[in-house]
Amino acid sequence: MTRKGGEKMKFKVLYYVNQFFGQVGGEDKAGMAPEFKEEAVGPAMGFNGLLQGEGEVIGTIICGDNFFNENKEEALEFIMNIIKEKQPDIVVAGPAFNAGRYGMACAGVAKAVVDELNIPVVSGMYEENPGVEACKSKAIVVKTADSAAGMREALPVMANITKKLVKGEELGLPEEEGYIPQGKRLTVFAEKRGSQRAVEMLLARLNGGEFKTELPMPEFDKVDPAPAIKDLSKATIALVTSGGIVPNGNPDRIQSASAQKWGKYDVSQRDALTGEYYTIHGGYDPVYANEIPDRVVPLDVLKEFEKEGVIGKVYDYFYTTTGTGTSVANATKFGTEIGKELKEAGVDGVILTST
Amino acid sequence: MKLELRRIHIKDIQLGNETAVKDGVLTVNAEELINLLKEDERIKDVKIDVARPGEKTRIIPVKDVIEPRVKIEGKGKGFPGVTSKMEQAGEGKVNVLYGAAVVTVGDIVGFQEGVIDMWGEGAKWTPFSKTYNLVVDITPVEGLQPHIHEETVRLAGLKAAEYVGEAGRDVEPDEVLVYEMGSHAEESKKYPDLPKVVYVEMLISQGLLHDGYVYGVNTQQILPTLLHPNEEIDGAVISGNCVAACDKITTYQHQNNSVILDLYEQHGKTINFLGVILTPELTTLDGKFRTCDYTAKLCKMLGADGVIVSEEGYGNPDSDLLMICKRLENAGIKTVLITDECSGWDGMSQPLADTTKEAVAVVSTGNVSHVVTLEPADKVIGDDKAIATLAGGWEGCLEEDGSMKCELNAVIGSTSEIGYHYCTAKLY
Amino acid sequence: MVKEIERYGIPIVHMATITTISESVGANRIVPTIAIPHPVGNPDLSKEEEYTLRKKLTERALKALSTEIEEATHF
Repeated sequence: MTRKGGEKMKFKVLYYVNQFFGQVGGEDKAGMAPEFKEEAVGPAMGFNGLLQGEGEVIGTIICGDNFFNENKEEALEFIMNIIKEKQPDIVVAGPAFNAGRYGMACAGVAKAVVDELNIPVVSGMYEENPGVEACKSKAIVVKTADSAAGMREALPVMANITKKLVKGEELGLPEEEGYIPQGKRLTVFAEKRGSQRAVEMLLARLNGGEFKTELPMPEFDKVDPAPAIKDLSKATIALVTSGGIVPNGNPDRIQSASAQKWGKYDVSQRDALTGEYYTIHGGYDPVYANEIPDRVVPLDVLKEFEKEGVIGKVYDYFYTTTGTGTSVANATKFGTEIGKELKEAGVDGVILTST
Repeated sequence: MKLELRRIHIKDIQLGNETAVKDGVLTVNAEELINLLKEDERIKDVKIDVARPGEKTRIIPVKDVIEPRVKIEGKGKGFPGVTSKMEQAGEGKVNVLYGAAVVTVGDIVGFQEGVIDMWGEGAKWTPFSKTYNLVVDITPVEGLQPHIHEETVRLAGLKAAEYVGEAGRDVEPDEVLVYEMGSHAEESKKYPDLPKVVYVEMLISQGLLHDGYVYGVNTQQILPTLLHPNEEIDGAVISGNCVAACDKITTYQHQNNSVILDLYEQHGKTINFLGVILTPELTTLDGKFRTCDYTAKLCKMLGADGVIVSEEGYGNPDSDLLMICKRLENAGIKTVLITDECSGWDGMSQPLADTTKEAVAVVSTGNVSHVVTLEPADKVIGDDKAIATLAGGWEGCLEEDGSMKCELNAVIGSTSEIGYHYCTAKLY
Repeated sequence: MVKEIERYGIPIVHMATITTISESVGANRIVPTIAIPHPVGNPDLSKEEEYTLRKKLTERALKALSTEIEEATHF
């Protein structure tokens, strides 16, 4: 994030709006290609005023919602070129309120700008706008009303956050600053120790008082079951584990908890893991796995099934990482990377063991 | 039962020719202590050192922390069933060297020992940067089986704490705290209108370096067990584990269990505190169903209106925590859970391994993967290269200049799930 | 990881002890295993008996992979 703190120069804002707020037209103009105007247009004008001279809107990009969503690559190419040329300190998009296509367009801009140019983005949307989920972790999305009637309330909040971000100031809690939580759990110090807070929370519940949980329960998404293997005797089966089974010496230095990587090891010449493998997983008693690592990754029996013709082949490699303390985000990343390799290798089925 | 904890405030610690406390200064005769510990033939060598709050000292890898005490009146001494013969704990008068701690360090047994920094950034994250620490560095004889290695170090730490505690025998305390609670019948008669509260304390009971002990019995072998709160704060429960340094309940924290102390504070005022249920966290599904059903049943039999449930560890025990919560809530008992989170380096990951909608009241003690940067220490007691293999550290996290990055995972007591410390997590 | 691999359309079976977690998290094919430190082993048995046990569990896993399912199923 670039800072302009301490200098007298005004920081530069590049503003993004759709065809309607860009005062070009309504639905009839939703297919318009992006244009750049070297001035503040529509809400960007009000926004500019709210910056109170600390910053200024150096230009507005106007793009049709349909055009963006249907020609994303082309639209982004134009937009990103402008941004690279004008070098703003921050990009502001919307507010899109509850307009879904507009929200998705703002989200598309936000992701590209943050990921590729590392420039912060501020937007504004109604909570249920699909654009929120698409970009809330990348941009700061201010919580707005569900229609443009909320413009007057939204702009000052967006301007305030914009100023803070440019100056490198830390944002307060979402409910304090007025934005939709990005989904980030930040570890901070509380005034009272945990047990004290627990006692107070329980007393509140027992007395029918108000309380607020510090940890809302996670929701997990589901995946459709993959089709079954038709002919097992011709199938290649791969083994994957989160039990932290690695070759002696842990050559790839996989972590004992909170894994940041996974490993892949050639077992095509082996009949079993015992002898050259052990566990580095810090979350369970390792004695049994160290003795016979096949107790965690059943290579021995799978090889026998291969000999017996029950399965076609044991895949040459097995994949391993440590499950304990490993964030869901990392696990998801590993799964995606490993899955890609397995797919490309034509593996027919996978056995994943956990500890 | 009536227990008096008589605190002698310790203001400094030093090594010297005697083991005594004078004017708040604890002096320890290192040689005498070393000889005592080496009576266990499994111990090859012992080194003693001290670490004071504010000194640029790093202690690593830490196994356990124990509070030095001595029982001057009443049954039992030390840790009944473990370092001394079996006696009923929970009554009598105990002199406590308050502000001092014995910290055991040494040859790594497993992956989850931890680090204590006595100054700077690291000090904020552990409660033991504020205690005057006597560090006992134990080297076992070669070739010990891992289970024996752990036991040897565990017992040595407890013995050391007893030895040091003796120094407080004849010293006048600075403050006396009285913990008195009769039978349920008696207390309910005194406070008929106060809501009944039970504390369910989950203990990791999953094998090597993942065990706990009550009166010396490995908690893998117990059914959920009712304890009088005085028993735990009088040494009946000790730690045998290093389950992620961040939320391991050290023996010190059993002796000073913050949920017990905070609930006791409210007993007779806003609640009728019925006691503690120790619940083991087991490694089989059947075991989990058994302990969760049993725990919920005990709470119901006791007539609990509300229950605080604390966890030890994360991952598979999250399942037990939520199963207990679900059973209690469905029985009309209000719960508050205390747990930490595994939200990843960026805090964006789902915090728990499991989920249940009944868990509406949860205290978070922080994200175990929060990364901290610890400055280089002037002095390291132990071996700071151990950080590369500790849970929460990684290869390359120790810089040449001695500074290191690590997750809170590796810092003793940082995300204590008995709410002993002050960390929490907020949604941003 | 199970779900991400399954997203590629490759059938995958989760062999795990704490199947309540597998279910909550959304695995579709699940085989319950012995214990956390040794999911497909049991040190209390003789080596032969243990090998037979491991074979049986793995056989169930292979069956899971070759069975069409509509929703999360234990094998």
